[in-house]
Amino acid sequence: MLSKRIIVCLDVREGMTTKGIKFLENVDVGDPVAMARDYYEQGVDELVFYDITASSEKRDIILDVVNAVARNIFIPFSVGGGIRSLDDMYRVLDAGAEKISVNSPAVLDPGLIAEGARRFGSQCVVLGMDAKRVTPTKRIPSGYEVWINGGRTPMGIDAVAWARQAEDLGAGEVCLNSIDADGTEEGYELTVTRLITDALSIPVIASGGAGKPEHLKDVFLKGGADAALIASMVHYRRYTVGEIKSCLAGSGIPVREYIG
Amino acid sequence: MTDRKRYEGMIAIIDYKAGNLRSVKRALDHLGLPARITADPVEMRAAERVIFPGVGAARSAMESIANSGLAGVISEIVRRGVPFLGICLGAQIILSYSEEDDRTDCLDIIPGGALRFPEGPLKVPEMGWNNLKVCRDHPLFRSVDPRSQFYFVHSYYPQPRNDDAVVARTEYGITFPSVIGRGNVIATQFHPEKSGRCGLRFLREFCSWDGKDGTC
Repeated sequence: MLSKRIIVCLDVREGMTTKGIKFLENVDVGDPVAMARDYYEQGVDELVFYDITASSEKRDIILDVVNAVARNIFIPFSVGGGIRSLDDMYRVLDAGAEKISVNSPAVLDPGLIAEGARRFGSQCVVLGMDAKRVTPTKRIPSGYEVWINGGRTPMGIDAVAWARQAEDLGAGEVCLNSIDADGTEEGYELTVTRLITDALSIPVIASGGAGKPEHLKDVFLKGGADAALIASMVHYRRYTVGEIKSCLAGSGIPVREYIG
Repeated sequence: MTDRKRYEGMIAIIDYKAGNLRSVKRALDHLGLPARITADPVEMRAAERVIFPGVGAARSAMESIANSGLAGVISEIVRRGVPFLGICLGAQIILSYSEEDDRTDCLDIIPGGALRFPEGPLKVPEMGWNNLKVCRDHPLFRSVDPRSQFYFVHSYYPQPRNDDAVVARTEYGITFPSVIGRGNVIATQFHPEKSGRCGLRFLREFCSWDGKDGTC
């Protein structure tokens, strides 16, 4: 039976993680490669590196990170942030990432998804999407709107319609982040997750709001998510990936517990 | 130095422009196993074992194999009993045909076809970690812990004509053959190079396997 995936997200700026692990003996805090290794040892199923480097001159540093991670861990990982062209996709995949994730640039130019899927295969192309709850209107019947630029710019586009369009264009997966839940640590936004998972036939990763293992249980059972993104709950050492998984297994959710 | 000497112990990763070659190479590098990504028939023939990876579509992979004249070299290597590992698309195009791209003729190393997952409630591609149920004794799977999971990404699965060629099966809506093999050929629908420690252990075992599975 296919396991539900637990994905840890690492924010990387100029080659260093921004949410470091606190008080760690063996892990160099701030070093994304050491952190990736640590989560790999804990049994994480997948990793996402989100590049938040602002200056374009320093953006290539992420490629060194990708290279080093690919030589050290042997599970799938993706890279998001700063990917605006086929050339950006190529360089990240060539450096060893399994997938790339595109968010704002895909909203502005949906052709990017189609071209990426055609050139590298759908399994490489993840649509990252930020959705925010609004009063349903004719334009936004689902009541969830797509925002871009890290949740700063509303686009007047319906989140469900956009996710469907991305699937039609060839996206292999959707990573759905709820702007309302993000950072609250009070649980995923289950309604929008359910709307998107029901609308698509490709896997959906739920993101935003995870604070404890019960939140993952809810997003799998009630939200129908295929994978759950987590960050601070493991970065701040409140839980290990193994603890989260045994809690989920105790609720009958299929997870990969044995890591060899 | 003769070619044979130079490539002694070498693992050839067949390069047919189908992507994902370097992740296999990185995994072998990590294990300290000597591997080369190569499209050179001389190197392939001299290698001690061969890995046939692959990501992408059956038609373009078969076209690339046809254009580079590799089909003959591959079947010669297989005939000679060299340990041969197909991965993902490499486990599909060793069959007679694939349903992908309106049916594509494939290498016909193991009789059978690559079939698409049926339409239904499950998401296609299958993407993620899943178990194996080993269904016939095989030296490479004898010591695999039954709790082990492996990483899958695929919309098609290998279906050999004879059940004898099925080494392990996996459940995803249906029960499909996830490891197939005959004699010196073994092929996994999952990606061992992306399957953490369980996958690395399998690669290490393959790299010390004598190519005999007790059948032929």
